[in-house]
Amino acid sequence: MPAGWKPWFGVTLWCLLALPPVRFMLESSMTLQMLVQIPLLGLSGWWLAASHTDRFDNVLTRWNRSGISGLLLASLASIIWMLPRALDASLTIPWIEVAKFAGVPLLIGVPAAISWPRAGFVVRGVLLIEIVAMAFRLGWLYLDSPVRLCSNYLISDQQQLGKSMLAIGVAISLLLAGKLLWGRIDTD
Amino acid sequence: MSLLRTLLASLLILAGGVAVLAAATDGFRAFTSETARRIDVREHPRALPMVALQTADGRAIDFAALRGRWLLVDFIYTRCMTYCSVQGGEFAQLQRDLAQPIAAGQVALLSISFDPAHDDPMQLAAYQRRSGDHGSGWIAARPVNTPDLDALMRVFGVSAVPDGLGGFVHNAAIAVVNPRGMLVAILDWDAPGEAQQFIQQRLEQ
Repeated sequence: MPAGWKPWFGVTLWCLLALPPVRFMLESSMTLQMLVQIPLLGLSGWWLAASHTDRFDNVLTRWNRSGISGLLLASLASIIWMLPRALDASLTIPWIEVAKFAGVPLLIGVPAAISWPRAGFVVRGVLLIEIVAMAFRLGWLYLDSPVRLCSNYLISDQQQLGKSMLAIGVAISLLLAGKLLWGRIDTD
Repeated sequence: MSLLRTLLASLLILAGGVAVLAAATDGFRAFTSETARRIDVREHPRALPMVALQTADGRAIDFAALRGRWLLVDFIYTRCMTYCSVQGGEFAQLQRDLAQPIAAGQVALLSISFDPAHDDPMQLAAYQRRSGDHGSGWIAARPVNTPDLDALMRVFGVSAVPDGLGGFVHNAAIAVVNPRGMLVAILDWDAPGEAQQFIQQRLEQ
């Protein structure tokens, strides 16, 4: 296996994120929790996925053509962690915090890492467009909402998150546009 | 074959995902914890903890002593300089609008401070005075012991976040406690008319 270091990076990153001071720091703001902590938990799972064996891979492939089932699982699990209620609850309800630390790596990071390389042009395109649309939709909602969506966070934090999500949507769109114009694209 | 298997796996994942999402949002009704708190209280009335409270005139009371009448409860801190300073005015208005059932001993208003270190009886009395309190039926109080405050805030589902300017931002609301001492509803803090209507409907039943 060429990428033998990856699972260890994943485990180390996960342990770092679970350290109480790091956890409190990243959960002190809505923006940090949603745009740093949760994506990094996903990344730890993505790296961890490199530890699976080829035999497992062969079995899985039969159920995961073009990575569709895996990416569907990752998308649905992501929706859960975009709910303001889930962000709020992970601060106050211990089992929800456990569910986040287990669920984000295992149900978003791992299936995404296994499935993305199998996904063809169309599947990737649909997913990327949905990610951009989601960034704009949620960004707009957070920026525009006159009420606090999370009882544990300030409205200024919510608006900051909204701005950051709009910026992420713009950045991904620009990257994609750049790739379409100047990059090499496999359309198989 | 892999196409059919993938289709089957995807359908199962979709069904599981929708079920989890439904469970996580109380059947697609609650996307925020505030809505979830209101639905949960409405569907599962909560018993109140028996904590000791000290009122603005220095008396000691608890929820048991207040049983037998409807209670409208809000959580306050008297230093509030932002929107929550309006809460006091709202309660004074409710005191006026509900004067009759209050005089009949059917309703009482209760403001509980979540800043008991600062809000001693003197501060609570000053808060009521400047909010337009006029006489009876409105009690302002603070929990005597700090651990009791946590228990109160947990049962009522109140969270207060430091606003970085020395104050707090909290999910202000008007909580309704029935005559048997159960928390049965949480209503908008800025709609005293709604709270008044809620109480009058219950009293007419």
